[in-house]
Amino acid sequence: MSFFDLKGTVKPLTALKQFGKKPHTISYPKESKEAADRYRGFHYNDIEECIGCGNCSTICQNAAIDMIHIEGVEGKKGDSGLRPRIDHGRCCWCALCVEVCPTGSLSLTKDYLYVSDDPDSFLWTPGVDNPEGKDKISFYTTNEISLNDFKRIPMPELEGMERVKSFAEVVLGYNEEQARAEASRCISCGLCTEACPEHMHIPEYINAIATGNDADAVRIIYDNNPLPEMCGKVCTRRCEDVCAIAVRGEPIAIRWLKRYATETALTSEITREIVNPEIKEANGKSVGIIGAGPSGLTAGYYLALRGYDVTIYEANAKAGGATMYGIPKYRFPIDSLDKQIEYIQSIGVKIHFNTKVGKDISFKEIYDKFDVVFMGVGFPDAWSLGVDGEDAKGSMQAFRFLHMVNSGEKVDIGDKVVVVGGGNVAIDAARVSRRLGAEVTILYRRRVEDMPADWEEIEGAEDEGVHIVPQGIPIKVHKDEKGHVKSVEYLKAEMVPDERGGRPKPVAIEGSNTIIEATSVMAAIGQMGDYSFLGKEFEDKIKIERGRFVVNDKQQTTDPKVFAGGDAVNRTADAISAIADGFKACKAIDEMLSKDKN
Amino acid sequence: MKKYLILQKNIQDKMREKATTLYLGPQHPGITGNMMVRLKVEGDTIVKATTEVGYLHRAFEKLQEKRNWLQSFTLLCRFCVPEPDPVEESYARAVELLEGREVPERAKYIRVLMLELARLGSYMLWYGGQNGSLGLYTMGQWSVGDRNYILDLFEELTGGRIYHMYIWPGGVRRDFPEGFEDKVLRTMDYLEKRVKDYDDLMFDNAIFQKRTQGVGIIPKEKAVEWGVVGPVLRGCGIRSDIRIDDPYEVYDKLDFEVPTAEGGDIWARALVRRQEVRQSIKIIRQVIEKIPSGDYYNPIPNPQKWTLPKGDAYARTEAVRGEVGIFIASDGGTKPRRVHFRGAAYVHGITLLENLLVGENVADVSAIMNSLGTCPPEIER
Repeated sequence: MSFFDLKGTVKPLTALKQFGKKPHTISYPKESKEAADRYRGFHYNDIEECIGCGNCSTICQNAAIDMIHIEGVEGKKGDSGLRPRIDHGRCCWCALCVEVCPTGSLSLTKDYLYVSDDPDSFLWTPGVDNPEGKDKISFYTTNEISLNDFKRIPMPELEGMERVKSFAEVVLGYNEEQARAEASRCISCGLCTEACPEHMHIPEYINAIATGNDADAVRIIYDNNPLPEMCGKVCTRRCEDVCAIAVRGEPIAIRWLKRYATETALTSEITREIVNPEIKEANGKSVGIIGAGPSGLTAGYYLALRGYDVTIYEANAKAGGATMYGIPKYRFPIDSLDKQIEYIQSIGVKIHFNTKVGKDISFKEIYDKFDVVFMGVGFPDAWSLGVDGEDAKGSMQAFRFLHMVNSGEKVDIGDKVVVVGGGNVAIDAARVSRRLGAEVTILYRRRVEDMPADWEEIEGAEDEGVHIVPQGIPIKVHKDEKGHVKSVEYLKAEMVPDERGGRPKPVAIEGSNTIIEATSVMAAIGQMGDYSFLGKEFEDKIKIERGRFVVNDKQQTTDPKVFAGGDAVNRTADAISAIADGFKACKAIDEMLSKDKN
Repeated sequence: MKKYLILQKNIQDKMREKATTLYLGPQHPGITGNMMVRLKVEGDTIVKATTEVGYLHRAFEKLQEKRNWLQSFTLLCRFCVPEPDPVEESYARAVELLEGREVPERAKYIRVLMLELARLGSYMLWYGGQNGSLGLYTMGQWSVGDRNYILDLFEELTGGRIYHMYIWPGGVRRDFPEGFEDKVLRTMDYLEKRVKDYDDLMFDNAIFQKRTQGVGIIPKEKAVEWGVVGPVLRGCGIRSDIRIDDPYEVYDKLDFEVPTAEGGDIWARALVRRQEVRQSIKIIRQVIEKIPSGDYYNPIPNPQKWTLPKGDAYARTEAVRGEVGIFIASDGGTKPRRVHFRGAAYVHGITLLENLLVGENVADVSAIMNSLGTCPPEIER
């Protein structure tokens, strides 16, 4: 190369042609650039949609998200009352918080400019501090691209028409692989724990199942629920109603996972080995429990662990109360609780079966014998319809009917059954009747979506060929000449919105009388208590209001020595509430009696 | 006259005895990041160079052990700011390899598009850096301005201009927005026009040629032994490119060349990069033409409970600076047991640089560093 390179000297001068061209980046006057439609700028959170599950905070690898209380948002079932606050000094705008948000309330906006010399001002609560962000949402999640798994692992079940042939259990249970996959959907937000009456450690045991530690799961479950087999099969699962995943998808099958966990402990010995409970030394105090239902068994188990001498009196031949006798065997097989009762007995709880208090033993005797009495007596009777002709042969209480079928008695229901009601008992009675070979119609005064029964149960009944007539109010039961049920007459109803903001009310339409032929009519509109066993002396001492015992927040009745729980106390009337009552009573009884000792 | 010569000789002798130590960095515009080179110079000539790293240690690898498999992915882009995507790509492929996760065909094409756009964007910065180190600042203003058009594409596609966090295990995070293909093609047309201007200003420039030719020579026979990779190795006349040697994604279905140049000096490396820009544009055009429709993402499970089977995996990607490899080891849990990262800068920035600088002029240090494409965070992970 020569010293003077003409080409190399002249060529760069062509850059001069760029003179006068519009520059790329700087524009005068200065204008801020409109961000792209997918820009990841500052956060925005729809405060109404957000349920405060905290999944954003968990995924944030910079620990930039705190969950805080904000004004105007109160915690409720399915909402922790907390909302994310973002430290924009830590945030790296990866938007993983958006991708994992189960409700889709959190998003990023096109805003990207904020200048301040106050470091604290970089902490703000999206949606509260930047309401204008609502119109600038750019990076958001949808069901398709979400990192949450919204689809539940389907539970293997018997086919609809296969089921009605027998009382075989419909639900077959998850296998290991299915349980792990289902448990892996959980985001461990803990909203379920809050909603569960018993506050079970749900995220913890689901995590144990997800990581393959089934024994750990059983141990965690037994921490505050001695009847997981029962809950694993027939729980009303408030937990699943509030599941964060359920906002946009199907809730985690918490009940079935619990069922899976208990199934891994095959016998009572294995259960005892896994749970390995710490049993305190006998303290010389005794507790008498009436009724071996969920609340009685729970109180008994935990009191026995605390060193009390526990005796349970049960009128029936098997423990379990309303769950054993009120729930059909295709949902809750007769031997479901055997393992757990055996286990509870092995801890030292004495159970006297076929011993009805008030008949075989008086309440007073129990009252005098024990330091404390706990009553988990349940609701053994049912409401009647209160219509003409209800005294006809073939007209019965659904709850009684279930009790009889479950006890192995033969019940003649004919071939056409009408069940009145929309709760779980109504559905159970209908499905049992199907299995006994009848055609079944359910008459319910509100709409199907208003039915208090479990949606899975309603679907199951429909699969099995149960006919549901919504918005029908029964007015008369017609009899034939022999005094047997011939048909049911009902009025169609229309739904009228409640002015006070409650759920819509059914109002009968005059002249819309319709008749359904029937050989049996079953009333499933609610149960009530029978407190005659108390006897005169205690009826005055133990206050009963609107058919239920009056208790304080420690499950203590107006007689300080008597505690109560279960259906005879709480309005929710389900097994898990009864278990919660038993657990609460156990703590209160322990507190009271250990005070005596000192 | 004789007196003067004696004086001159005395001064030279004294200078030789008095070697001076100069510190280049850790903050210096001529250094490609926060690292330091301690130079022992005699006159203008370097007799010894010692690299000192440790100013940028952010413990990426350790941090990843504390984060679950998905959270780790947001850290990766910080390994190398100018070109973060190959790191994400390596990690995603390592995780997919270990888990046996399938990636949809469309996602593979989108990934190639991302990688090549990143390559272009990174080369645009290199144009600026290489010429800036020689005092030719106009070039940097042009190329960084043109890089903005690529960043605009990134913003449209991923939502971020610099940190894309876009290639993740299972595919990519979002599909093309509407009309994106046209925008890419328009940008490519524009860049193709611009690279001719770059030639005029840079490659045909006598100053650039004289400052780069014969400077920072890597001997061809030593290059492989020293562990040189990427465009730097190709600048020694050795044809080596992971996209061809160990094809990943859909590179084996695309038609492109691997340019090489002889000489092993800065000039040769610049020529390689000059050609690669054109090849990248060619690849991007093919991707837009061939990309199939379909899924762009094979969803991973709930990240909190996502476990990878026990074992390990290694995946490597051809980045602008050379091979970028990630080794992951899993103990079957929700978090990596170990993530190990190996970038080209580990060799280029420490041992190679120390070798190359000896005997060179102080004024050429920055030019040599820029020609190697060092990314200090990659060294200090």
